[in-house]
Amino acid sequence: MRTLRGRVAVVGIGETAYYKRGESPDAEFKLALKAILAACSDAGIAPEAIDGFASYSNDRSDPSRLAAALGCRELRFANMQWGGGGGGGSAAVGNGAAAVATGMAECVVVFRSLAQGQFGRFGQGPRRNVIQGDGAHTVPYGLMSPAQMFAMKVQRFMFDHQVVQSALRSISLASYHHAQNNPRAVMYGRPLDERTYEDSRWIVEPFHLYDCCQENDGAAAMIIVPAERAGDFAQPPAYLLSAVAGSHYRAGASVHNTPDYATSTFKTLAPRLYEMAGVSPGDVNVLQSYENFTGGVMMSIVEHGFCEPDACNEFFVKERFLAPDGELPLNTSGGNLAECYMHGLGLNIEAVRQIRGQSTNQVAGAQVSMVISGPMVTPVSASIFGAEGVL
Amino acid sequence: MNYLNTGLPAPIPAGDGLDKPFWEGLQKELLLLQRCSVCTGWQWGPEWSCHRCHSFELRYEEVSPVGVIFSYERVWHPVHPALKEQGPYLIVLVVLPQAGEVRMVGNLLGDPRQEVPIGAEVRGVFEHHNDTEPAFTLLHWELSNSAT
Ligand SMILES: [Zn+2]
Repeated sequence: MRTLRGRVAVVGIGETAYYKRGESPDAEFKLALKAILAACSDAGIAPEAIDGFASYSNDRSDPSRLAAALGCRELRFANMQWGGGGGGGSAAVGNGAAAVATGMAECVVVFRSLAQGQFGRFGQGPRRNVIQGDGAHTVPYGLMSPAQMFAMKVQRFMFDHQVVQSALRSISLASYHHAQNNPRAVMYGRPLDERTYEDSRWIVEPFHLYDCCQENDGAAAMIIVPAERAGDFAQPPAYLLSAVAGSHYRAGASVHNTPDYATSTFKTLAPRLYEMAGVSPGDVNVLQSYENFTGGVMMSIVEHGFCEPDACNEFFVKERFLAPDGELPLNTSGGNLAECYMHGLGLNIEAVRQIRGQSTNQVAGAQVSMVISGPMVTPVSASIFGAEGVL
Repeated sequence: MNYLNTGLPAPIPAGDGLDKPFWEGLQKELLLLQRCSVCTGWQWGPEWSCHRCHSFELRYEEVSPVGVIFSYERVWHPVHPALKEQGPYLIVLVVLPQAGEVRMVGNLLGDPRQEVPIGAEVRGVFEHHNDTEPAFTLLHWELSNSAT
């Protein structure tokens, strides 16, 4: 059988300090270098040994420039996952893993660097006088930000399944709860309670302010090597059990015309994710699920088989999602809402940390650690990491 | 009076001409959407080929601007300077049963704080922007049971 299961391992993770948008003292490319060097240092690997790069969402830090700056002896793999948002987070991991598993490269770094203050912001509409193409059919009606693109899907899902606001709220509360134990988190020291959530302003119904991700500056990186070499490094390896990317039939039909509309885009991916990993939802010890908006997390969790769509109001309660004892610890670093919006790569890093036993919200004995990347866009992706014991 | 404050980007036909008949149709108060000449299937958003039979023989055919609200959102936070003083506004996703269930995005006219009934019938209202350069027309929606 063709599979990535157990073929490669993550042996190094690295992050810069995380900043609010526009507050990075470092240039975006310098952030990328810092994160990659931190991952090398974590693994105990020489930067010169990196021979591949994988990223997503049109990262501006070019692999050839990175390889030159780092003095990499040879460049064997330079890969960009198409598609916007954080949909490519686990896809980039999968692409890098595929290169390593097939012998195209020996040591691939997956990275994402982002300094929105130095380039454009995500959450703002276009500042042109005219607009053409897909945007011409939405922007003149005031539909132009990611929140506005996705609220329409979530609203329909909530209508179809009679979901109430407290379901979304539980996701936000869990992220903020976990951030209070994580000194790296931008929202460290800024707890959130039910009342503050309810009193916060609407961005676009059904999203309150606290349903929306931050916009941040920083960089994150992880290093992938063949499983045969996984024991040669400083940290316990996190093996990749599975990685999938893609979307359903005509997910990309423009002007909101995808046939299956009220979805996180994971319905066709989730079965393949579990099949490759050889696990089922009940085996997942800890979950990182990309929060562009809480509604996307809710639909992602449903579509990955943790909850029936009509049972969301009962399932989505904060206590279920809290480490260490909750039934499904969720976004244990604080995630995109409360740790940092590093386009979701921070979620993959947190998943690895859980396998190592190094999270600031550690789930005891975590063996199967899952990441859902970038709901509601196309393509999306997901990955599962495992400890040596589950191979 | 226009539904949204002026100053948002004006829609123009795509540079490759793909949706030019659509925008020209709106200015004449005609809703023209893509229909395949071979398999007769409707298609929206616009594309160069038919996703069902792969024919390139797509024409723009007139559709009565009547639909059903499929989803909606009430926007509160402005993300464009033109909307700073706007206050809340409603965007609806409207499905057109008479055109193969294709969907269109527009604004829902009337009180922006109204309850929006998913599943309710709406009819199209053309909003002309003739004083702008370039001139263009938007297609909005209003509840069919509302007084005109
Ligand atoms: Zn056809």
